[in-house]
Amino acid sequence: MTTLKYPTFIPRPKEEYSGFLGTIWSWITTVDHKKIGTLYGITAFIWFLVGGIEALLIRLQLYAPEAKVLSPEVYNQVFTMHGTTMIFLVVMPLSAAFFNWIVPLQLGARDVAFPRLNAFSYWTFLFGGILLNLSWIFGEAPNAGWFAYAPNSSFPYNPGYGVTFWIIGLQALGVASLAAGFNFLATIINLRAPGMTFFKLPVFIWMTAVVNVLIVLAFPIITVALLQLMFDRQFGTNFFNAVQGGDPVMWQHLFWLFGHPEVYILILPAMGIVSEVLPTFSKKPLFGYSFIVFSGIGIGFLGWFVWSHHMFTVGLGPAANSAFAISTMLIAVPTGVKIFNWIATLWGGSIRINSSLLFSVGFIAMFVIGGLSGVTHASPPSDAQQQDTYYVVAHFHYVLFGGAILGLFSGIYFWWPKMTGRILNEKLGVAHFLVTLIGFNVTFFPMHWLGMDGMPRRVFTYPEGMGWDLSNLISTIGAFSIALGTLIFIFNVFFSTRGPKNAGNDPWDARTLEWTISSPPPHYNFAEIPEVKYRDDFWFKKYPELAHGEVSGASASEVNNDDDHHVEMPDLSYYPFFLSLSIVLILGSLLDLSWNGSWYIAGVGILMFVWSLLGWSFEPVNEETSNQKDH
Amino acid sequence: MSEVIAAHDEAHHNSTGIDTRKLLMWLFLGSDCLFFGSFIATYLVYRNRSLVGPYPSEILDIPLTTISTFVLLMSSLAMVLALNYTQRDKPVAGRYWTLITACLGAIFLGFQVYEFNHFVNLGLTPKTNMFGTTFFVLTGFHGAHVTFGVLWLLTYAFSCLTTSLKERAILILSIIGFLMIFFAVLMSDWLHVIPHVPFNTVMAIGGAGVLILLISLILLRKTSTPKGIAVSQSMNLELSGLYWHFVDIVWIVIFTIIYLVSAKDVAPIIGM
Repeated sequence: MTTLKYPTFIPRPKEEYSGFLGTIWSWITTVDHKKIGTLYGITAFIWFLVGGIEALLIRLQLYAPEAKVLSPEVYNQVFTMHGTTMIFLVVMPLSAAFFNWIVPLQLGARDVAFPRLNAFSYWTFLFGGILLNLSWIFGEAPNAGWFAYAPNSSFPYNPGYGVTFWIIGLQALGVASLAAGFNFLATIINLRAPGMTFFKLPVFIWMTAVVNVLIVLAFPIITVALLQLMFDRQFGTNFFNAVQGGDPVMWQHLFWLFGHPEVYILILPAMGIVSEVLPTFSKKPLFGYSFIVFSGIGIGFLGWFVWSHHMFTVGLGPAANSAFAISTMLIAVPTGVKIFNWIATLWGGSIRINSSLLFSVGFIAMFVIGGLSGVTHASPPSDAQQQDTYYVVAHFHYVLFGGAILGLFSGIYFWWPKMTGRILNEKLGVAHFLVTLIGFNVTFFPMHWLGMDGMPRRVFTYPEGMGWDLSNLISTIGAFSIALGTLIFIFNVFFSTRGPKNAGNDPWDARTLEWTISSPPPHYNFAEIPEVKYRDDFWFKKYPELAHGEVSGASASEVNNDDDHHVEMPDLSYYPFFLSLSIVLILGSLLDLSWNGSWYIAGVGILMFVWSLLGWSFEPVNEETSNQKDH
Repeated sequence: MSEVIAAHDEAHHNSTGIDTRKLLMWLFLGSDCLFFGSFIATYLVYRNRSLVGPYPSEILDIPLTTISTFVLLMSSLAMVLALNYTQRDKPVAGRYWTLITACLGAIFLGFQVYEFNHFVNLGLTPKTNMFGTTFFVLTGFHGAHVTFGVLWLLTYAFSCLTTSLKERAILILSIIGFLMIFFAVLMSDWLHVIPHVPFNTVMAIGGAGVLILLISLILLRKTSTPKGIAVSQSMNLELSGLYWHFVDIVWIVIFTIIYLVSAKDVAPIIGM
């Protein structure tokens, strides 16, 4: 870059800071994938607690007929925010925390391909989440459900700030997800360690790749849908205005064209985690590696052809319904393949039972139940009975809580030693698992009965004598058990941080590259970039005799972590933080254009945007590391 | 020290040999395909669904838009030349053609401003009917992409600034010209972003912006000191080139679908 004097205003960040503010500044300016992963994890867990409190409020309101815990208006806001929070602020960013932490480590890389872009993703996610939740302060949280069907979400029927908050918050979160999606795909394609061909990649990396392809292709669609809804609301266009010939079903198509791939965006990371945990604790290679990989790709591919099964009752006609029913049933095939492969991985292995494995096994069992109930509404006639009942609520909680959340907890127990150097307490971990699993089933299993019995979802109360009282009461008790399980987990985290850092490099006798380095890993991850020869490379370097004579005396002494190594790492930068802030300011200014202050906020946002974008471009980050430089 | 360098080289190990930034740009463009695809799909679904006029057949001016399309396509040619000169280590010519590209893009935007304004004067706003809604938002977001591309290309003019005060002044002049076009877009009243400004004022500002851009470009050609876009920067230029060509290709699709395919659309025949 030429010698351009760019007005930076703020001194360039240094490597070392001290004091409280210094520490905060060092986190704001960080571009280290591990620190960003930690930020993602902590933030997502805080939102998990927020979404959980919203869930408890829902269950309190429904514990008995005609309860008066929440007003109908507030109830609508709480269930909308519960769904939106859990999907966009919990499961996706918690998966992103694992992508950040684990992908570069498993690839044998020192960071992601674009470290500053990575920081930008996190800050945009954080500010977007805050923007979304600011709606509570206005007393007008989004209230149109997590899929915000137009015209229920259009201005004439929903004139408050709520849906606008939902739109601009989701736009910000979409920007964050897209940036992360590009980044991780570029990382996986280009930063693999020498010798690590695509079919030597760990399955977690494969599932990350599929998820990010889905993100990159699905999020532009929801961006467009949200833009159209926003133009309808703010500028009076007619996209979903039936009076002028607009079509509300258009919103449903666009939303679910995004929304169904989104479901796989939520579940595939957990599938990747489980595919790492099971082989490790069975001391066996993953059964049918290529079947699992191709099933993952197949799910990602078929996921694009099933969206209208969310719309069976719209009246698209028998031809469309049949086609989408067939494609939906078809998608059970690759999913079933995976289930059998996981079971076959356990089969005959020397299994060590601990909390990570328990969560993975719990994932398989719960996901099977959720998958089976899913197949029951793949059939349009059957779905017509189940549409918008608690049966559907039961189904997607079995796949998203019993699936995604249990899988993610499995990953937390599995990689916690690598991230912190400490192993989480095993007894508390098992208690967490048991309380969560039992509480989960107590909460959600009765919802199958409620749904079959005709209780509609999203009603704020129900009359006495419908036969729904007992099931709802049981469900509420179960919800509080889940809360108890979560408290055990929080206690476990604090309890374990007091222990010594004695996890060692490889506490589980695991298989992939991240276990070759110290726990927690040094700033630069790998002093020397490893050479990879095998799938599960570390395992076969530890146990060359298991490699069927393929190992030609390769030394297992790759573990070389003397701190004298000087490794050039990407420089710190504060521009990602300010670029994110500016984007959220600009989006926030769209909330109410009739208020003059909006224009000042937008002005500040645009100035900050230009300043930070140009500053980002001209920032002299490690001149030679052109590979790691963003445009 | 040699060890440091060795470790350093490994850090830049590149598995496929494709420049990682180029990879990122391709991924972004793939994503952007879905963005425009969704808007275009919406346009097609809502085609022939306007309940009131003006209908496309009454309002579209195909010869005019053909000219602006030609301008945009020529900007792609300029982009190719800019990159080619830069890669062949001819920095001044590279910068010159980069500015021409930006300028042609700005002229295209000028046409768009005129067209938006013209349509609003004929009674077609985004609120009027389904054609107005889908037309303005689709072409508007394409225009936003072109605007971003023009600004991006203009940053290259800044990134190779010399100390020559005169040259800086000319560059700032070109930015002012561009901003005038930009504000003309904002004032064209199609979103009521800025309270209504008379048509002639908008055209005067937009036209003056185009004129200033052209003049500053000619001045720049005359005063150019031998300093331009260095060959080491050609990857940067290539990335913006990929983006630029993509936006042009999207316009070809939009031009075909809106202007050529829908040119004869009138009121829907089937009663709705």
